[in-house]
Amino acid sequence: MRTLTYWQAISEATVQCMERDERIFVAGEGVDDVAGAFGTTKEAFRRFGPSRVVDMPNAENATAGIAVGAAAAGQRPLVVHVRADFMFLAMDALVNMAAKWRYTYGGDKGGVPVVTRGVVGRGWGQGSTHSQSPHATFAHYAGLHVATPATPADAKGMLVQALTGDTPVVLIENRNLYPLVGEVPEEPVPVPFGVGRIARAGTDVTVVAASLMVHEAERAAEQLAERGISVEVVDVRSLRPLDEGIICESVAKTGRLVVADTSWARYGFTAEVAAVVAEHVPHALRAPVRRVSLPDSPAPVSHPLEEAFHPNASSIVSACLDVCGEAGAVLPRLASVSAGFQGPF
Amino acid sequence: MLSSRTRLIRDMVRIRTVEEVLADYYRDEQEMRTPTHFSIGQEATAVGVCAVTTPRDWVYSGHRSHAPYLAKGGDLEALVAELYGKEAGCSRGRGGSMHVMDQAAGFAGSAAILGEMIAAAVGAGWAFARAGERRVALTYFGEGAADEGVFFESLNFAAVHRVPVVFVCENNQYSISSPLGVRHAPGTSVRGRAEACGVRSLAVDGNDVFGVRDAARDAVEHARDGRGPVLLELATYRWRAHVGPGLDHDHGYRSQEEIESWMAGCPIVRAAGAVRDETPGIDALVESWRAEFRREVHAAVDRAKALPFPDTAGLLSGAYLPAAR
Ligand SMILES: Cc1ncc(C[n+]2csc(CCOP(=O)(O)OP(=O)(O)O)c2C)c(N)n1
Ligand SMILES: [Mg+2]
Repeated sequence: MRTLTYWQAISEATVQCMERDERIFVAGEGVDDVAGAFGTTKEAFRRFGPSRVVDMPNAENATAGIAVGAAAAGQRPLVVHVRADFMFLAMDALVNMAAKWRYTYGGDKGGVPVVTRGVVGRGWGQGSTHSQSPHATFAHYAGLHVATPATPADAKGMLVQALTGDTPVVLIENRNLYPLVGEVPEEPVPVPFGVGRIARAGTDVTVVAASLMVHEAERAAEQLAERGISVEVVDVRSLRPLDEGIICESVAKTGRLVVADTSWARYGFTAEVAAVVAEHVPHALRAPVRRVSLPDSPAPVSHPLEEAFHPNASSIVSACLDVCGEAGAVLPRLASVSAGFQGPF
Repeated sequence: MLSSRTRLIRDMVRIRTVEEVLADYYRDEQEMRTPTHFSIGQEATAVGVCAVTTPRDWVYSGHRSHAPYLAKGGDLEALVAELYGKEAGCSRGRGGSMHVMDQAAGFAGSAAILGEMIAAAVGAGWAFARAGERRVALTYFGEGAADEGVFFESLNFAAVHRVPVVFVCENNQYSISSPLGVRHAPGTSVRGRAEACGVRSLAVDGNDVFGVRDAARDAVEHARDGRGPVLLELATYRWRAHVGPGLDHDHGYRSQEEIESWMAGCPIVRAAGAVRDETPGIDALVESWRAEFRREVHAAVDRAKALPFPDTAGLLSGAYLPAAR
């Protein structure tokens, strides 16, 4: 199969869906500029022009509400935020309107299939308000679907699913995934939400991850394999709906669970996965669950602090060694997937 | 003794020189690992407004923070150390270029999310008034941030409650690469928005430091006297790329002609021209200031580089008070 980068896959999904459905439009700050939201909206702008790839004023709150209204009236908005942190200004429309629209009006008057893409920054001192991963925040609210594609194929397929489905969707993309290359189907084939993926099969410990952390987990698994520890990496692909079955089956097999995330532990993705396992396969666990997540502070800017702040493959290795009863072992440090990222933004 | 006019020029030259030198280091070394928005070309708005404030007045800004910080008297060494991510930085390496603060100087903070410090300044001004203090809060933001809902909400509240706040809009015509024309309806202005909310407002040539200073003096007095908030819309222009030390003149979103005409209207050159009669030696003075400030900023960079990074053991320090964790 031919290959694409992650950002090209998003671009292709956007263009193909827009070709097939003229109700789709892209809205976001600077989506029409040379950078084109990391290249993801450039081709769409070239093909469809400013009437369908709309440069929005800096008005995230109204933009989200406008998207909801347009969706209710039959359009299919795809809203893009070059930093997911800006979505906090859109919380009201996404959480109080989009998530609740179908249900609140009785469930039989149609929905508002607004699709919102948010990009997670990291590295180069992006700092406290430009590097947050709010996938669990949005996944908290019934009525939204939240997806975190980890591969180019999923980046395309899940955007296709979002743009052809009937539910409001939040897609969270870690910018460090954009250069990643992988096989991607040429046709716009949807990847359904709620169906996880075994990114790597193993028998000793299950690492459940989303987005960037899937790749960090794969690196960790490689290193641990050399030590004779067989790691199974589960990519949930979407947080809501969540594929509980694939998580529980894997843990039932391995008896050990590490959950890895790019956000905080409290009330987050790692907490949810641990709860699912505790509810459904409590007797499978042969060791306590370990969570790999952010330390309990906002993100610092200073380089050494930033390096210490973001978990990576080596953090996952340590957690896996711990649940396998080898807590004291020290393995060579692994580079992050994001290593080598350059500024100024 | 410098006249008040030449002092304004000197302050602009200092900011220009500091930013040019820092931009070179930023580009050449790649050691200041923090997204940085330079104000080169926009010095008159920073200097003209801050000149009429007292240290007890508070100034806020958005992401384009260095010029207001320095104009308000923010410590240069602490700024440079912050850019290098050092523990001695004004935000202890936690905040970076977009989150700087110097409370002693009355620079009350900058923020990376558009519009945040518009509301924060209204809150500070309101707090001053509630405490019966004759202090004023001022807040710098771009015309792009004036599209955020919080701008309108803040204007309205400030007008209703006669908050002693001065809104300082640096209108450089662009929000990253989006021109005004695609964001604001024809015939409207930021000033007009403020007026519609009942906020006294004024449009001023933002590259004329003396005009800015005079307008700001009236505005600050008005606010200080409890007569209500004021908005100043200051027309100016950014010379460099939106973020980072480079030029973006080939990015196609603004014409070379437009850039050159604004650069020809350099606020420093214009101010020097305006005082040449009363201060015939102004050009030599500007040159000597440049040399002096170059030495100052190079020395600040040398010192910052020699300083320690924060200890990673202290990663969490500052998130909560120790007892409250
Ligand atoms: C809420 C929010 N939305 C978007 C951004 C991204 N952003 C950072 S600076 C900027 C442009 C702002 O333009 P303006 O306010 O005119 O300031 P200028 O950069 O021109 O000084 C944008 C869109 C942000 N930081 N915060
Ligand atoms: Mg601007």
